[in-house]
Amino acid sequence: MTELRDEIRAIAALYPKPKSALLPALRLAQEHYGYLTPEALREVAAALGTTPAYCRGIASFYDMFELEPAGAHLIEICTNASCALVGAAQVLEAFERELEIKAGETTPDGAITLRSAECLGDCGRGTVVSVDHRYREPVKPEDVPAIVEELRRD
Amino acid sequence: MTKAAHPVLVLAGAETGDLRALEDYRQTGGYASLEKVRTLGKLGPARVLEEIKQSGIRGRGGAGFPMGQKASFIPAPDTTAKPIYLVVNADESEPGAFKDREIIERVPHRLIEGTQITALAIHAERCFIYIRGEYLTESEIFSAALAEAEAAGLVSVPITVHRGAGAYICGEETALLESLEGKRGQPRSKPPFPALVGLYDAPTLINNVETIATVPKILEIGGAAYAKIGVEGSTGTRLFSLSGNVVRGGNYELPHGTPFRELIEDCGGGIAEGRKLKAIIPGGSSTPILTADQIDTPMDSASLEKAGSFIGSASVIVIDDRACMVQLALRVTQFYMNESCGKCTPCREGTRWLEMILRKIEDGRASRTELELLLDVCDRVLGKCLCPLGDSSAMVVASYVEHFREEFEAHLERGGCPFGGTSSLAGVRSPVDEIYRGRVGQEAAL
Repeated sequence: MTELRDEIRAIAALYPKPKSALLPALRLAQEHYGYLTPEALREVAAALGTTPAYCRGIASFYDMFELEPAGAHLIEICTNASCALVGAAQVLEAFERELEIKAGETTPDGAITLRSAECLGDCGRGTVVSVDHRYREPVKPEDVPAIVEELRRD
Repeated sequence: MTKAAHPVLVLAGAETGDLRALEDYRQTGGYASLEKVRTLGKLGPARVLEEIKQSGIRGRGGAGFPMGQKASFIPAPDTTAKPIYLVVNADESEPGAFKDREIIERVPHRLIEGTQITALAIHAERCFIYIRGEYLTESEIFSAALAEAEAAGLVSVPITVHRGAGAYICGEETALLESLEGKRGQPRSKPPFPALVGLYDAPTLINNVETIATVPKILEIGGAAYAKIGVEGSTGTRLFSLSGNVVRGGNYELPHGTPFRELIEDCGGGIAEGRKLKAIIPGGSSTPILTADQIDTPMDSASLEKAGSFIGSASVIVIDDRACMVQLALRVTQFYMNESCGKCTPCREGTRWLEMILRKIEDGRASRTELELLLDVCDRVLGKCLCPLGDSSAMVVASYVEHFREEFEAHLERGGCPFGGTSSLAGVRSPVDEIYRGRVGQEAAL
């Protein structure tokens, strides 16, 4: 995995201290391995001169890091105050029906993970739905089948 | 939408579209303030800081500390052996806030220009912009604008774009610094303040996106002229993020001191579906709630403090009469419980207790004693933590009980939610529900 290590070291060179590159490095490793496997954490640690345990401690603090396998696609529905007031609960339920899973779960084929999310920062156009970290808004329950269909086709 | 008489500063030139391209921004007079600072020598660092002080601008991130004063705490370069850093806080995560996102999307060059002017004024060696991880598109837009500005020779103090990875607490300035150093985003004890001991223990100025993006306009019109906009103590314009049960949610740039009514009715088109206003969250979910009869309160620091709340991040959440306030208090509390970094015990444990008690009240399983216990827990969190997260959570819950006590009591008396499933928030879930499904053991403690 020298290629990943080289990429991480190149990012580390952008900072006064290499450890500052930890978040971008973990993100890179996650893209590479799908989630932060023990090997991914070892690679990041080796590239930045720290320990896998330290890397895991950091990764577990931040919501966007996956320490267990997740779906190929990630759907997150904001259910915080602004979106909740305009029907986020119904949007989440529509996704659960369409995907036949509960929020927090991944479809059995490993294609899609569904989660509720804290405020995503586009509150004026709720309900905000983030699909693979790209926002769709405003989403109504009737928009849900098309979004799922689009991901299934992918 | 906004009345023509109001000055538009931060979003100037972008009223109908965006100014992402350097050429478009330049055509509106963009980078003229930076040119003055850099080439004409008319505005040396001391003069820039003086203009900022005169403008009276207070930080737009939520704490509202005067920017000029904060910048003046940065030591002169010949008195410190360490480099000086400027950090732009773009970790916008306050529920209800989406203004920094719009600034980055529509006027990224104004942010870059403000960053450069500020960096030169404090003799910073480098700048960092910490953008919340979820703002992937925004980080790309900013990076593209930055590349264009760099190619045009406009960036003399290098800017590093640093993406977060999903943690509300990293919006707190010392937690942000920890995160930028590659650590868990847990707030530091203050003092020392970042101006003296900040990033890598070096002097660091940290300001919010909107604050920095206002700097070019302050220099353009002059600090004294800027101070005449808005009201005393809350000068200038503000991007108010309007959301919730309104017809037209969005960001509206208005002078401080504009009443809620104008924002909600004139800009936002009033309450959606012709319903009745019930409550207003004035400055993001971390600020105490206001009631419908407070709609004529002017939106500035002093007026909101007088009304029992804060302007915070100027994120106005409108709540109509369908909302059960216990459900809303519960959902808001779940956010703080989820986002507590765990460093201070009163916040880590207190937010969990608040959530458990509120759930019991909503489910109709709570006694009157437990409503008092809820307020008691608020007292035990307030003022006992390193950062404002726990405080916010406690103050907010107490404000819901204070203003809507009858609704809380109705839950106790009826043994359940008086809305009987018709509340606009009925059935809403949160990440906490997914993470802590087996909560039986916890509730046994109650």
